[in-house]
Amino acid sequence: MQEGLVSERRAGRIPDQLLLLEHDPVFTLGRNARPDNVLLPADALRERGFEVFESGRGGDVTYHGPGQVVGYPILDLSPDRCDVHRYVRDLEEVMIRACADYGIEAGRVAGLTGTWVGPDKIGAIGVRIARWVTSHGFAFNVSTDLSAFDLIVPCGIRGRGVTSLERLLGRPLLLDEVMDRLASRFAEVLEREVASEERREGD
Amino acid sequence: MADVIMPQMGESIAEGTVTKWLKNVGDRVERDEPLFEISTDKVDAEIPSPAAGVLREIRVAPGATVAVNSVVAVIAPEADAAMSAPTPATAAPSAPPPPAPPEPSRTPPPTPATPPPAVPAPPFVAAPSATRLLAPPPVEYEIEGEPPPALPAPATPPAPAAEPPAATPLPAGTPRAEMTAEELRLTRSSPLVRRIAAEHQVDLRSISGTGIGGRVTKQDILGHIEHHSAAETATPPAAPAPAAAPVAPPRSPAPPPPPAAGTSAPAPGIPAGARVERTPMSAIRRKTAEHMVLSWHTSAHVSTVFEIDMTRVDQLREKHRATFEGRGVHLTYTPFILKAVVDALKEFPILNASVDGDHVVHHKDVNLGLAVALDWGLIVPVVHHADEKNVLGLARAVNDLADRARAKKLKVEEVQGGTFTVTNPGVFGSLFGTPIINQPQVAILDVGTIEKRPVVRDDAIAIRTMCYFALTFDHRLVDGADADRFMARVKQSLQEFDEAAL
Repeated sequence: MQEGLVSERRAGRIPDQLLLLEHDPVFTLGRNARPDNVLLPADALRERGFEVFESGRGGDVTYHGPGQVVGYPILDLSPDRCDVHRYVRDLEEVMIRACADYGIEAGRVAGLTGTWVGPDKIGAIGVRIARWVTSHGFAFNVSTDLSAFDLIVPCGIRGRGVTSLERLLGRPLLLDEVMDRLASRFAEVLEREVASEERREGD
Repeated sequence: MADVIMPQMGESIAEGTVTKWLKNVGDRVERDEPLFEISTDKVDAEIPSPAAGVLREIRVAPGATVAVNSVVAVIAPEADAAMSAPTPATAAPSAPPPPAPPEPSRTPPPTPATPPPAVPAPPFVAAPSATRLLAPPPVEYEIEGEPPPALPAPATPPAPAAEPPAATPLPAGTPRAEMTAEELRLTRSSPLVRRIAAEHQVDLRSISGTGIGGRVTKQDILGHIEHHSAAETATPPAAPAPAAAPVAPPRSPAPPPPPAAGTSAPAPGIPAGARVERTPMSAIRRKTAEHMVLSWHTSAHVSTVFEIDMTRVDQLREKHRATFEGRGVHLTYTPFILKAVVDALKEFPILNASVDGDHVVHHKDVNLGLAVALDWGLIVPVVHHADEKNVLGLARAVNDLADRARAKKLKVEEVQGGTFTVTNPGVFGSLFGTPIINQPQVAILDVGTIEKRPVVRDDAIAIRTMCYFALTFDHRLVDGADADRFMARVKQSLQEFDEAAL
């Protein structure tokens, strides 16, 4: 679905998009994924209800599932934002500001892409770019089942943990509300305006 | 031979890692076809081929990291070396973003497959470029030095970011030697004063100066202008943006000369002794007049008229009117029409382009200008990025711009950067017109009056809400077929309007 949107965006037939959604439990492997970062064989994972999927994005392996907002910005970065580092930092910034909205101080860790609260990662990033049109994007833990991350080495980074808004705040949160926050912070950081919104069920 | 290089994906990025080759050595590859993938940090990027030909050599294997700009592969042109033009290294060392306007300096692709077709000589005399047209005869202005700043030539390509090109002063007017001492004294005011005079087309000699030696000071001239412009619009005459000039309703471009006051010199063609009154034109009138004539001489104006059944739009308006009012938005026909226009422009982008000499400037954004008739003249506020709005968004934007236009609260950028204009003299009862193009655009759509008419449907007479839409287009760039296909799409969009677009 993203590929279709990317070519539509590149052809200029649609404007920049931000898709925010929730996935069924799945482990995705990016282009740089090392197989030993998935700690159980695929069959075993499937038995436990997880799908395993190879993705065209950058980055190593990560988990998506209920309680996590996955954001797919389909943006044309040209002409003035043609800098992948900048784009990645911008995505981190979006999540940092969204955390701040909940009173949580999040930040970056030099050399480790993503949004961190202390030693734990709350937001992951994996982007694909074709002719400066972006796809894939970021994943933000709201009330994700964090035990799923025990089955992988997230993003290939050993020795660090993961966290979520719910864990940090000690209370449940509405995903819709967090999506709104992310959308508005996204518009702010990427200097765009939300022109219209659409909600869809299913996929 | 074309070198394929490791692109630079960001300012501070010095290297990249090849992750995958999408083509094998010996494969044919087209220009811009995805050729390989690289990875940097958490970003995986697909890199298109800089040239068409055959992938002759891959120098960097997957997994290897090389410095930005190093050669990772080589592409050979398909035909013999003798036939192909010498191929440059990839045009830009940075990653291949699609630049908005086609750059005249980009060298052509090396494949000699199809030689560029010879450009046929235009069947009509090309219009003189705007700067030449607007160079006034020096004698008329009699202000030493710069004549008034010209409207910028449509030949200047408007940047996609709609930055107005700087107004270029034309070469000097009356040589000093020919002026009398008196004239010299009077006209030798400071450059600032002379420029203000030029901008407002004031003859300095008509102002009494309070400066040294009777010079006209800044205060003198500003006072003079204020005194004479009390009733005029505040539109700054120096704003050089091409899209700033308003569009006249589709009437004949030569109105009868206005009654003039006072002076003995009658307007040309009026017999001496006739009762006339001469008044100077307001700034907005002057700019409109200049723009109309300039446009007429620049574009090859052709009009095509379509009749569109607005009954469905009528129904949707009725259905959604209350909801929109509830959101503070008055729902007229306009946003429906704009939406149809935007969709058709996306499908036929040649009508959203501009001409620059012998180049076509393709605008990535659709910025719709909407002509608004004010008490004191015409203005064309622009809905920027109209292609990103649904009907609600367009309705809001239009209402807001119209309100602020009437209150004289538009910002400069809101009357600039348009890529297509819609005008609606139908509100005054006109069936359809033949509007003049708003330079440097290449088309303008005239919406006539919307009224019920008897029409034939399924071999019976039915009463439907009908409207004539007249498109004037610039035949230098747009052919009749393009224009008619565009209009057919507008017609279809409106007659079968998609309710989901609200």
